[in-house]
Amino acid sequence: MTAVTSDFAPAPPKPEVIRRHGLVVRLTHWLNVIVISMLLMSGLNIFNAHPRLYWGQAGADFDRPWLELTVETPVSGGARGVARISDREIETTGLLGLSRGPDGHWLVQGFPNWATLPGTRDLATARRWHFFLAWLFVINGAAYWLIGLANGHLRRDIGLTRGDIRPRNLWRSIIDHVRLKHPVGDEAKRYNVLQKLAYLAVIVLLLPTMVLTGLTMSPGVDAALPWLTVLFGGRQSARALHFITANLIVLFVIVHVVEVFLAGAWNEIRSMITGRYVVPMEKHR
Amino acid sequence: MTLASRRGVLGAGLGGLLLSGCDRVTGSPSVQSFIGHGQDLTFHAQRLLLSGQPLAREFKPSDVSPVFKANGSLTPTSDAYKALLADNFATWRLMVDGLVTAPMSFSLEELKAMPSRTQITRHDCVEGWSAIGGWTGVPLSQVLRRVGLRPDARFLVFHCADNLGGAGEGGLYYESIDLFDAFHPQTILAYAMNGAPLPVAHGAPLRLRVERQLGYKQAKYVMRIEATDRLDRIHGGRGGFWEDRGYEWYAGI
Repeated sequence: MTAVTSDFAPAPPKPEVIRRHGLVVRLTHWLNVIVISMLLMSGLNIFNAHPRLYWGQAGADFDRPWLELTVETPVSGGARGVARISDREIETTGLLGLSRGPDGHWLVQGFPNWATLPGTRDLATARRWHFFLAWLFVINGAAYWLIGLANGHLRRDIGLTRGDIRPRNLWRSIIDHVRLKHPVGDEAKRYNVLQKLAYLAVIVLLLPTMVLTGLTMSPGVDAALPWLTVLFGGRQSARALHFITANLIVLFVIVHVVEVFLAGAWNEIRSMITGRYVVPMEKHR
Repeated sequence: MTLASRRGVLGAGLGGLLLSGCDRVTGSPSVQSFIGHGQDLTFHAQRLLLSGQPLAREFKPSDVSPVFKANGSLTPTSDAYKALLADNFATWRLMVDGLVTAPMSFSLEELKAMPSRTQITRHDCVEGWSAIGGWTGVPLSQVLRRVGLRPDARFLVFHCADNLGGAGEGGLYYESIDLFDAFHPQTILAYAMNGAPLPVAHGAPLRLRVERQLGYKQAKYVMRIEATDRLDRIHGGRGGFWEDRGYEWYAGI
């Protein structure tokens, strides 16, 4: 290619601006950010009332938990916070089992005060928050689903196409993610297949599972809808799955936020606030 | 940790609560009163779901928990209760009064002579744990038919013998349910557990089983049942020992 010499420098290509996210997606997204954060924190406070998890219908102090956040006090002295999962034991002093309160005193407690809502152990208040937020969460999720189905957002933007699930496309998407290579041009206007799969896992699997396992812990709901305890293998299993699924949501959020920063934090966040999205272009060298 | 010792933790945490700006906003009375509406919604939604009065699931004898955790009071400390226990509740009588046409009292033998129901159910504590146990007792509806509820009766208050909140009238345990749950077939006054007389740690001589609600509704050491049209004049006014300490009156979740 020969170098172009001209009096006129070539005009830099004008970046293309699109409206990426509709109003409903933006509203429900940010409401979810607030609601899920507070659900998580009040949930940790509730968990602290009995920081042990079991499988099956029943489980209490004399039964064997598969997960336990506790404190160990050796005869030699010196308490340590530990997380026990099955037969493994991890020392977690300062974070799990034993942590410092706001006044610096050690507290024997599953999760530390700074991670919980309210910021001190208070099951009654945490439950009031959790169930209030749960209603917001369900209403928000139902609005997202209904409007997304009605206006075609779910089918158009998140639904998998034949092209998406071709092995070659899947493989290429995996390689792109490993190389932290983000799509540009027209490719950047749509979600890639791994992104769709991640979002689908959240909206189809993880978030509904949170609601259903939460309801399965309710003795009232269990009497009305007995298939729920059958589905999850018992009330204590539902409690354990509620905890595991919450962890998977936290894992998703971490990956999601990292990807937002890798893809260009300002452009991505703005597109979720105002809808404006500048389509990234091929880098010219 | 037991529910009782949580009160101490709550008090100790109050200093931290005041220090935390975030908690100052979220803990304000107006915010707390607003988010309390979530519980009203839960109550009405569950009552709709339960309008056909389905039974709580019942289990097989082989499902019974090897050790059923006893929580709250493990043995009442009053002299009156100790005297009753000493002669194996032979002089104990359940008083049923308030808004009823014929106030009556029942001895343990009289209750045992009435129609009984046995059910193996899952007990769910507000703290998160569960245990499965078998209960035998007289359906509350049988007792209520004997005394006859007056039309203005809306709630049944269970006055207990245990002072979970310390000595004195204010520390006495009590609970309440409404007529929707009172006439449910699984709502029984249990005098036996897993085929044996009700142990003291589980509420001897008589405890309430109101399946479909959490453990703190299952009042132990029941001495008196009072039919009433309102709860705000009894003890702390919120319908129960834990309700007076911030927990919800409706414990279906």
